[in-house]
Amino acid sequence: MSSITPTEIKEEFFKNKIGIAGIAILSILILTSIIAVITIPVETFKEWNNPGSWISYPKVAIPVWVNLFLSEKIPEHKILESPKINYDTAENISVTYHQFGINFDYDDFPNDFIYEFSAKYSGSALLQMDIIRPDGIHLKLLSTSLPNLDSNSIHSERIFSTDDSIKKNLILQSDKFLFSLNNLSAEDIVFSKAEKQEPLKGNYIFLIKMYGNNSENKIQESKLIIGGKAFGIMGTDELRRDLAVGLLWGTPLALFIGLVVSIASVVMGLLYGVYAGYRGKKTDEVMMRFNDVIYALPALPFLIILSVTISNSIFVLVGFLMVFGWVGIAKVARSMSLQIKTRGYVEAATMMGQKDSKIVLRHILPQLLPYAFASISISVPAAITTEAGLSFLGLGDPSFPTWGQILHDANVYGAASRGLWWWILPPGVMIAITGLAFVFIGNALDSIVNPKLKR
Amino acid sequence: MDSILKQGVVFQVRSEITENPKISESFSSVDEFESFVQMQIEQRIKTLGLDEPWYSPQRIGLTMYKILTLDFGRATFLTSDSGSSDVKEIILEKLPRTILLFTTATIIISVIGIFLGAFSGSRVGSVIDRLTSSFAVISSSFPVWWIGMLMIFLFSFVYQIFPARATPLIPSSDPNYIGSLLYHMTLPLITIVMIGFGSWAYLVRNFIVGIMQEDFIIAKKTIGVDQKKIIYSHALKNAAPPIVTILALSLSGSLGGAIITEAVFDWPGMGRLYFEAITVMDLPIIIGATYILTVFFLISIFVADLLYGYFDPRVRVG
Repeated sequence: MSSITPTEIKEEFFKNKIGIAGIAILSILILTSIIAVITIPVETFKEWNNPGSWISYPKVAIPVWVNLFLSEKIPEHKILESPKINYDTAENISVTYHQFGINFDYDDFPNDFIYEFSAKYSGSALLQMDIIRPDGIHLKLLSTSLPNLDSNSIHSERIFSTDDSIKKNLILQSDKFLFSLNNLSAEDIVFSKAEKQEPLKGNYIFLIKMYGNNSENKIQESKLIIGGKAFGIMGTDELRRDLAVGLLWGTPLALFIGLVVSIASVVMGLLYGVYAGYRGKKTDEVMMRFNDVIYALPALPFLIILSVTISNSIFVLVGFLMVFGWVGIAKVARSMSLQIKTRGYVEAATMMGQKDSKIVLRHILPQLLPYAFASISISVPAAITTEAGLSFLGLGDPSFPTWGQILHDANVYGAASRGLWWWILPPGVMIAITGLAFVFIGNALDSIVNPKLKR
Repeated sequence: MDSILKQGVVFQVRSEITENPKISESFSSVDEFESFVQMQIEQRIKTLGLDEPWYSPQRIGLTMYKILTLDFGRATFLTSDSGSSDVKEIILEKLPRTILLFTTATIIISVIGIFLGAFSGSRVGSVIDRLTSSFAVISSSFPVWWIGMLMIFLFSFVYQIFPARATPLIPSSDPNYIGSLLYHMTLPLITIVMIGFGSWAYLVRNFIVGIMQEDFIIAKKTIGVDQKKIIYSHALKNAAPPIVTILALSLSGSLGGAIITEAVFDWPGMGRLYFEAITVMDLPIIIGATYILTVFFLISIFVADLLYGYFDPRVRVG
């Protein structure tokens, strides 16, 4: 064991295919977390548990790329935010036009459509919403008067497709359709062929007009949401959250938890074990019995008790995981240092009168470093899965949602028995991949450190 | 510990008062109400003996006696299925279910693991050896409960073969109950076994590989003893002490059930009990369950120590 030098370890390691695979996966993960930290602001991520900030997203939407494999396209959820804007004034009446074009190319009706706006006007104003369909039919959807405002102030509103007046307006125009419009919802009529109740593909134009008698009237924010059943790269969950955000941000969190816990507990275990082994006799006995006490504690129940009673902060949890992590390493480190201290050079150092701390740090610990690296990478997956497990039980830190918490929510909403695979598979796969990367690296190191296993 | 107990008392008093609005209505001011609550709490702490330090002989003696007679008192919130709140009865109700699922699974895992491990350990580098090793590595990095969710997705949503909930719907008095229970048990059992046996096989394999390099095995090979006999009666017997320790530990550990696995499959065993007790801070149950599990742990370590002597006579001398 002591005959291996760092350069030899490096050489051996790069001969090992599994080790290289592990390093490759790990670097992809690190890259992902860097991208996540740069592209997605922490504020978005902090809003994870705030349902208000996800309101314009669809519920349990399937990932968009699924459409590539389907012959019948699932409607995508579209959020249109940049309309074509025109102004017009005639005889004291000013008109503001906002025009949204949408290419609807799917084999199913959208869930709904929502128009969200905030307008700045004075006096009274009238909002009109029309739609021009690919087959040329012009449908009037809505014509509503906005509340009377005294001066130039702002009025914000959301118009839903479930609005009663939209329904009424459509029924008034039922002569344009060859089927009965009763009991159909607005989006099923608007996006339907005139002959049959089937989705009509093509370019739709949503036209919003605001009439007023003040030339400074303006629609400041204007957003049209066509509620579909597919959204984003990773889909959304029951609470309309974009799973891609959660999955991306989960990566740096998992790496943080795994690495901090394993490095800290290996360092603690090494120092503790080596010192116990080096001092021997009573110190050893006392320290090892204390070690046994911690070893006998059931970790998971204790972690649950601690996180329920003390705090469920992620940093405190990392601390708790360390408390249970160092024990096994301390045992091995002790037995290794028992062997090393009988070597000639350690005895020589003792005879020369070197300090204990110096002997432990300079002469014994470096011999254990290869073992330390192997055990760091082997203990990372355990830390990650334990944290994921605790989060899965609903004891995670709500301000830092992790993969485990996504799975917790999935379980709460019965995703498995409802077949929402995009909610279950990716977080677990990420946990497994992260674990595998470290296990690969650890195994490669381990087979160098313990050549006996190789044969 | 004391602070947790006191918190439990505070919680209990508060919840009792909020459940009964008449009490809070009968007070004129908030201060008066608060002082009443405080008085109630102090009174209860005194009757429980929590005002004395934990090392007072009175408290220790009483607790010791109670625990020896397996009297853990009454649960604060949880009840057994039959409605009893006696901790002993609750645990006795949950324990058999956990034994049924997890102990069965552990036994299956260890049997598969030992034979697969011995087999691949004797043929290092063969296809089976590589498959076992890589399976062990891969399966150890998956969380069991996630595989459980996948299994529910696969076998109760895509192919509707097994039910998603692991508890049978029909009452236990029904003659078909056992069959239905076993049917509901299949999915969790398959999941646990699938995830578990890989690492077992890997452990046993590593022991066997180590032993196969020892002189006495090589000597036996040169004499011409049958390969199978060498592996299963000589090598395996030498590898037995560590295997027995792990078996004993995992058997006693299985009694605790995997808290998370039971949550996924909705299996009403010890793990669920533990989790529910912890989330509502039901101390008598936490203490009782921990105590029972610790006793099993100690017993299994003791049995493992005795078996050591049988497998490795050198231990007996020391």
